[in-house]
Amino acid sequence: MSVGTPRGLASSGQKPIAEILHPLSAAAEPLSVTVNLGGDKEAGLTNGTPVETSSPASTSSLFNRLQLDDDLEADVRDPYAETTETRDLFVTVSDPKKHVSTMETYITYRVSTKTTRVEFDLPEYCVRRRYQDFDWLRIKLEDSQPTHLIPPLPEKFVMKGVVDRFSEEFVETRMKALDKFLKRIADHPVLSFNPHLNSFLTAKDLNKRQGLALLTKVGESVKYVAGGYKLRARPAEFCAMGEYLDTFNQKLGTIDRIAQRILKEQSEYLTELREYGTVYSSWVGLEDELRRPLEGVAGCVTTCCGALEDLGENMSQDFLPVLREYVLYVESMKNVLRKRDQSQAEYEARLEAAILRKQEDRTPMPLEVEKCQDKMECFNADLKADWERWQSNKRQDFKQLLTGMADKNINHYEKCQAAWESLITLLQDKQTEDKSSETN
Amino acid sequence: MAEDGRDELVATDDESDHTAADGSSSLNNTVVEEGSTLVRRMEICVAEAEKRSGKNAVNMQETFTVYLIETRPMDAVTEGRNPAPDSLWRRYSEFELLRNYLLVTYPYIVVPPLPEKRAEFVWHKLSADNMDPDFVERRRIGLENFLLRVASHPVLSNDKILHHFLTEEHGWKEVVYETGFQAKADSRIRALSATFRVRNPDKRFMEMKHYSDQLQSHTSQLLRARARVADRLYGVYKVHGNYGRVFSEWSAIEKEMGDGLQSAGHHMDAYAASIDDILEEEEHYADQLKEYLFYAEALRAVCRKHELTQFELEMASQDLISKKQQHEELATGIVRTFSFKGMTNKLFGQEAPVQREARIKLLEELIAEGEDTVKEKTVECEEHVERAWVDMQRFKEHKDKDLREALINYAVMQISMCKKGIQMWSNAKECFLKM
Repeated sequence: MSVGTPRGLASSGQKPIAEILHPLSAAAEPLSVTVNLGGDKEAGLTNGTPVETSSPASTSSLFNRLQLDDDLEADVRDPYAETTETRDLFVTVSDPKKHVSTMETYITYRVSTKTTRVEFDLPEYCVRRRYQDFDWLRIKLEDSQPTHLIPPLPEKFVMKGVVDRFSEEFVETRMKALDKFLKRIADHPVLSFNPHLNSFLTAKDLNKRQGLALLTKVGESVKYVAGGYKLRARPAEFCAMGEYLDTFNQKLGTIDRIAQRILKEQSEYLTELREYGTVYSSWVGLEDELRRPLEGVAGCVTTCCGALEDLGENMSQDFLPVLREYVLYVESMKNVLRKRDQSQAEYEARLEAAILRKQEDRTPMPLEVEKCQDKMECFNADLKADWERWQSNKRQDFKQLLTGMADKNINHYEKCQAAWESLITLLQDKQTEDKSSETN
Repeated sequence: MAEDGRDELVATDDESDHTAADGSSSLNNTVVEEGSTLVRRMEICVAEAEKRSGKNAVNMQETFTVYLIETRPMDAVTEGRNPAPDSLWRRYSEFELLRNYLLVTYPYIVVPPLPEKRAEFVWHKLSADNMDPDFVERRRIGLENFLLRVASHPVLSNDKILHHFLTEEHGWKEVVYETGFQAKADSRIRALSATFRVRNPDKRFMEMKHYSDQLQSHTSQLLRARARVADRLYGVYKVHGNYGRVFSEWSAIEKEMGDGLQSAGHHMDAYAASIDDILEEEEHYADQLKEYLFYAEALRAVCRKHELTQFELEMASQDLISKKQQHEELATGIVRTFSFKGMTNKLFGQEAPVQREARIKLLEELIAEGEDTVKEKTVECEEHVERAWVDMQRFKEHKDKDLREALINYAVMQISMCKKGIQMWSNAKECFLKM
C-alpha cells in the first residue's frame, strides 16, 4: 500500500481480528478529533482527550464537540443518522458546462467542498473536474485502498450516435451519479481521508501523472491478483456475501428489465392515448350541445398524456440509473471479494511453505508470512465493515428509490384525477346553469 | 342508456313525452296524449339469459341464448302490490324480427337499435365469443334498453305487434309474418337509385343525412381508438405484476428489507389485477357509444326514406306532366317537344282519327290516375317529412342528453380508476417505507 494507515483511526495491523473494532464503534482508544459541525452540542470526548487545535479550522471546534454516545446508538440503527449530525465533509457536484477545444469537446462539473477537517487547509473549495478526473480518483482509490469497496462511477463509454453525450438528460443523469459517487466516498470513514481525494477536491490542476503511476501500479496489482494461489476454505461469511451478491445482481437485472418493459408499454399507451384525444377533438365540430363535454374530455385526455410523459421521464432519469449503478457496485464488491480470496490464498500458501521449512531447519516464522497474515486480517476486517456499511446504504438507497417510484405514480394519478374532477364540476355547473335559465 | 333502473322509468319518460307532445301538435293519430306510452303502464325488463340447444332451420344442432322478458302492470307496482311478473323467453333473432317489422312499418321513426349481433371493436383480452358470459350479460342489458326505448316512444309503443312480442310467447312469429311487412319493405336498388336521382330533397333531411354519416364515422373511430387504448393500458398494468414476483424472490435474501418488499409485492399484484374490473366497466361506456353508432344508421334510414318518397313524387309528377303533354299534342296537333310519335307522324303521316280518339281517351284515364298518384305521393311525402322531422328532433334531444351523460360517466370511471391507482401505490409506498 502506498498510503499508511489513515490518520485518526485505530490501526488494524497488530491485533487479532476479534479485537479489531469497527471504525465507528465506541472509542476505548484515543481518537483524534474529527470536528463536529453540528452546532450547539456540548458533549466532550468520553475519554477526556482535549480537542486538538492545530489548524485554523479547528478554532470553531472549541464550540463544536464530538457527540459520541447518542450518535453511536443512532449509528447502530441507521448509519445515515451519523451523516446529518457529525458529518464534517460536504461535497457537491453541480453546474455542468461544455468546453470546446481544438482537440475535443467535453463537459466539466463544479465540485464544491465544505469542511472543518484539519486535513484541509481551507474550509471551502471550488474546483472544476471532468469525468476523466473522477475516473483517475477512482483508480487511485482502488489502488491505495484495495481492501475497501470503492463506489462505482457511471459508465464511461457511451456509444456515439446512440446516446447524445451532450444532451441535457444525459448530463443531468451523469452529474447526479458523480455527485453520489463523491458523497459516498466523503461519508466513508476511511476513504474520505485518502490524500488523493484531498487533491481531487482541492488542487487547481490535478497533476495526474497518470501514465507513470499506472505503470507502477500495474506491476503490483498483477502480482496481487494473478497470484495463482488456490484458496482452501473460504470463511462462511464471505461465502454468504458472494451468494448474496449473485442473487441480488440477478434480481437487479430483472427489475431493470421490468422497468424498461413498463416504460415501453407506457410509451405505446401514450401514443394511442394521444390519438384517442384527437378523435374527441375532431368530433367537437360536428356537435353544438355536446361541444363542451367533448372538448372537456379531449382536454382531460391531453392532461393525462402530459402526466404520463412526466412519469416516463422520471422513471428513465431517476430510477433506471440508480439500478444500473448498483449493478456496477455489485461488480465492484465481487472484485473486492476476489481480492480478499487471493490475499487469503497467498497467506495460506506461504504459511504452508514456511511450516514445511520450519520443520526442516527450525527457522522462526518469516516476516513475510506475518505480513501476509496482517494483510489478510486487515482485508477481512475492512471488508466486513464496508459490507455492513454497504448493506445499510443499499437499504436506504432502495427505500428511497422505491418510495420515489411510488410517489411519482401517485403524483401521476393525482394529476389525472384532478383534471377529470374539474371537468365534472364544469359540466355539472353548466347543467344547473342551463336548467335555471330554462325555468326562468 | 334510456333508463337504468326500473324505478327511473317514470321520471325519464317525462321528458321524452314533453318533447313529443310539444312538437307533434300538428300530427293526427300517431302521438297519443301525454302519459300513455306503454312503459308507463307496464314495467318491462329482460331479467335473465340462458343457454338452450335445439335444431335450427337446416335441422342442425345448435346452441343459442334465450332471454327472459318479464312484464308487470305498472299500477300494481306503484300501489305496492308485488304480483308475479308475466314472463316469456325470446332469442336474439326474434328481437331482430321485431325491429325489422318496426323499421318497415314506421319508416319515419328513428327506430332504436339492437345491441350488436357479434362482438366488435374488441381489444385483445376481451372475448369475441358470443357465448362469453360478459358478452351475454351486456347483451341482456342492451336488449332491455331496446325494449324500454321502444316502449317509451310515443309512436312505437302503441304497436300491437310490440304488445304481442311482450306478452304472447308462442305464435308471435306467425302474427308478424301475417302483417305482410316484408312485402312493404323497399328494395335496396330502388332506394339507392332514389339517392342518386332525386332532384329536390328537403335540405334539412340532407343535412341530417350528412350528420348521420359523420356521427357514424366519429363514433366508430372513437370505439376503435378506445379499444386500442384499453389494450395498451392492460399491458401496462399487467407488467407491474412482475414486480410482485421479483420483490418476493428478492425479499428471501434480505433481512430487514424482506417484509416490506414482500408486502409491497402483494400490492403490485393487486395493482396488476385491478385492470380487469376497470376495463370491464369501461365496456359499458363503449356500449353507450355503440348504441349511437347504430342509431346513426337508423337516422340515415329515415333520411333515405325521404329521398325515396320525394323521388317517387318527382317521378309521378314527371310522368303526369309527360302524359299531359302527350294528350295536348294529340288533342291540338301541336308538337311542342320532340317525341317519337311526332317523328313518326311526320314520316309516316298521322294516324286515323278513330285510333286518335281511343288514345286520347286512354290518356285522359291515365292522367286521372296520374293525378291521384301524385296526390297520394305528395301526401305520403309530406306526411313523412312532418312525422320524421318531429322524431328526428326527439332523437337529437335524447342523443345530446344520453351522450353527455355517457361522457360524464366516463369521467367518473376515470376518477375511480385514478383513486384505485393512488390507493394501490400508497399501500405499496407504506410497505417501502417499512423496508
